[in-house]
Amino acid sequence: MADEKPAPPKPAPKPPAVMAATPWESDLARELNDRFGVGVCQAYSYLGQNFFVVGPDMVVSVIEYLKMGPGFDYLVDITAVDWPKRAERFDLIYILYSFSRNERVRIKTQIIEGYRPPSMVRVHLTANWLEREVFDMFGIEFGGHPDMRRILMPDEWQGHPLRKDYPILQQDQRWVEENLDGASGQ
Amino acid sequence: MPDATFLDSTELVLNMGPQHPSTHGVLRVILKLDGEKILGTDCVIGYLHRGVEKIAEARTYAQFNPYVDRLDYVAAVSNGLGYCLAVEKLLNVEASPRAQAVRVILTELNRIASHLVWLGTHALDIGALTPVFYCFREREEILKIFEQYCGARLTTHAFRIGGLQYELYEGFEREVKAFCDMFLPKVDEYEELLTSNRIWVSRLRNVGVLNAEDCKQYGVTGPVLRAAGVRWDLRKAQPYSGYEKYDFLIPTGQNGDTYDRYTVRMEEMRQAVRIIRQAVEGIPEGPIMAKVPKVIKPPVGEAYVSIEAPKGELGYYIVSDGSTQPYRVRVRPPSFVNLQALDRMVRGALIADVVAVIGTLDIVLGEVDR
Repeated sequence: MADEKPAPPKPAPKPPAVMAATPWESDLARELNDRFGVGVCQAYSYLGQNFFVVGPDMVVSVIEYLKMGPGFDYLVDITAVDWPKRAERFDLIYILYSFSRNERVRIKTQIIEGYRPPSMVRVHLTANWLEREVFDMFGIEFGGHPDMRRILMPDEWQGHPLRKDYPILQQDQRWVEENLDGASGQ
Repeated sequence: MPDATFLDSTELVLNMGPQHPSTHGVLRVILKLDGEKILGTDCVIGYLHRGVEKIAEARTYAQFNPYVDRLDYVAAVSNGLGYCLAVEKLLNVEASPRAQAVRVILTELNRIASHLVWLGTHALDIGALTPVFYCFREREEILKIFEQYCGARLTTHAFRIGGLQYELYEGFEREVKAFCDMFLPKVDEYEELLTSNRIWVSRLRNVGVLNAEDCKQYGVTGPVLRAAGVRWDLRKAQPYSGYEKYDFLIPTGQNGDTYDRYTVRMEEMRQAVRIIRQAVEGIPEGPIMAKVPKVIKPPVGEAYVSIEAPKGELGYYIVSDGSTQPYRVRVRPPSFVNLQALDRMVRGALIADVVAVIGTLDIVLGEVDR
């Protein structure tokens, strides 16, 4: 509620507000600095939740190290966020949990359109379907994934629904006509 | 998809679902068989995909609240709790003690209702016709309490961001206590029907084994993980909504087979009653809503909040861009992640075991497909 400032009338372009995350000082952050070099994993904290910002090529090594060393042995989720106006268009988010430490961290990375992030399936089997869903919804193809197919949308569907430039009522007309006798339901 | 087969080969591809009574909705499993033995499976999902995460981006935070009930529709209250907690985290507010206690009672009642649907349908799949009637009889009592409280039986929309919309109705405590007293002996009754039933035991024991290591590899949570011997429950590990105040046990199994998952869930129902009894004993007085602005506009940022839903870890990852609508809502559904382990669990087993394993995974396709 601290954000309850007397809101000025909304200007057309959104104010460049950023998340008020603070640097996260911790043994884990120092450990990663020692292992991968200073600045490779930038540690932040927001609302008591900690995350590392990592370069896209380092994600697999960092997550593998976190699994083998500090014991982050449970990959909770992989997801993405689309920021079409940004140069690096997508955020990829990996949520990790450690049973032994009862601790949760997120790994965030920014990738450009067309970049093929290496698949996590080698490290965590659960990444298989999670990466398929990210591919289905955002069109991010994972390199080295054993089965890079759509998972929720039909295989022949055109477009990736969770991209911001995919309007909410858009659908693949051709697919609908071929498979639903043209009845769109909209 | 398994490769096409030819008449002279011994391999056979069999399509199970999406219109199959034991797939609990519109799940399609393509089975690759050698006789009756499963060589591999491929799940085809998405028949129920409604694009809930996309819808969220076009709704305000409060408007999206009812949608989450449609994910896991047999445990709608849990879904609502997870979403409200996530938005409250972004707003940095906490529900009042009274609201928290009521939330715990309703969520645990919903856990029982969800487990009853699981038990009834699971037993029905295996061929035991009676339990489903027993289970739905008791579930009806829970749904009546929901209906009295918020007017809805299934998709309850019971909670609001910041607390509750409705004050408790007259006689809520009495009815909940009466339900607890009535329900505990009923669990024994179900157990009498099943636990040492020879057919039940031989259909379940050593079927669909998933050990602790595999569970972690596949990200499987909830009763499936606990049945493999991992004493992990988010209500204990990272308590929310005041769960740290209640005294309850986390039941675990040893073998990680279908039978263990059955006993774990049965005991979880008893523990849920135990939590409800403690919570209903001392519901604190006070407001039911925290101070939340009329227009919910979380500051720019992101949060991941997860709860122990009846099926496992249910998480919401919400990104706010400072506007009234979430920029991105990601639902981490336990059913979706758990279903991925199906292939590992049924490889080498028989077709009839697939039915048992789908039942024991306790998936809800509304949540798998979103």
